Amino acid sequence: MVWCTCFVLEVAVLVCAVRAKVFFRYLPLSLYMTASAASDILRFRILYHYGYTSKEYFYFYYYSDALLTVALYLALISLFVHVFKEMDAEKYVIFGACFLLSATALFSYLVIAQSQARFLSQFVVELSQNLYFVGLVLTYVLWGAILKLRETRSQLIQLVLALGVYFSLFAANYAVRNLYPGSISLSAALDQLFGCLLPLAWAYAFWRIPKDARLAPARLAVIPR
Amino acid sequence: MMAVVILVFSLISLLLFFLSYCRSLVASSTKEALPQEVVDVTGITHPSSPDDFSRVMQLLRLCPDRPEERGKLRAITAYYRFLGLLRSTLAVIVPSLKAWTDNERAHCSYFAALLLGRRIAFSRDLFAQQMMH
Repeated sequence: MVWCTCFVLEVAVLVCAVRAKVFFRYLPLSLYMTASAASDILRFRILYHYGYTSKEYFYFYYYSDALLTVALYLALISLFVHVFKEMDAEKYVIFGACFLLSATALFSYLVIAQSQARFLSQFVVELSQNLYFVGLVLTYVLWGAILKLRETRSQLIQLVLALGVYFSLFAANYAVRNLYPGSISLSAALDQLFGCLLPLAWAYAFWRIPKDARLAPARLAVIPR
Repeated sequence: MMAVVILVFSLISLLLFFLSYCRSLVASSTKEALPQEVVDVTGITHPSSPDDFSRVMQLLRLCPDRPEERGKLRAITAYYRFLGLLRSTLAVIVPSLKAWTDNERAHCSYFAALLLGRRIAFSRDLFAQQMMH
């Protein structure tokens, strides 16, 4: 049920993006949603053929999740590029993003370096978890930049805020999983549920907010400026 | 230890992003003027009172439903309840938060009143169409 909802919402994002003529404007976001929908279909196919407890499903699930997390990270960087475009700072943003991605991968490697068994599997899980937290910090920085630079594009603001909520939920869920290892089944179920929120919010942003709509971001700051 | 730090940071940022997201949904409505019939029916002006929300919601339920506004209405109701929760818990410890939550709740009431105006206009259109056929 949740899987179906999530898949439908991901397709809805793509349809809404095409309808609102912003598919190419937010191309990395659209590509992420396409990859996410394709991965959902493949996961279902593998689940159907090999079963939930199979090795095939286990590997595909975690490896595709790691790739999707990297794709989402790149989508977030593309939002940075949108915000910093007028300052001609795209090069620095891209360089910084590559550096941070490499640093996160190195950190993940160092954390599990001692582990002998299933090294690569542990690496992709660790990388995903760390990237969610890095993504959250970067979204927070991006939101600060939006407020500081007085970015007014409503659609862009909603995309960033939705991403912030999504990363926060995942990072909190991973932290709870590490604190209470017994709650892993509940945490996995919550992962599925949280996964629906981002496509829902993005579909809404593409569907309801005109691409050239503007608003004063100072009114959105929780602390009055 | 690290997991606790991540959890706390995630929860704080979740709260900030969630509040800002809800505000971005409401922000578009604050410039819009209330239709005269809504002012007449509800007595709400700009700015409205934080406690008008439930009264406006009752009036909204009396009007024919507009499917395209269901999502917005649910989101704003959730946000209003969340603010109510903040007001009765955290605002007791931090008094400045009370004024802020009241201001936000008033925005929610105003937003709901705007939706009421749209529903009244929608009902009138429906009625006019029926009369024509």
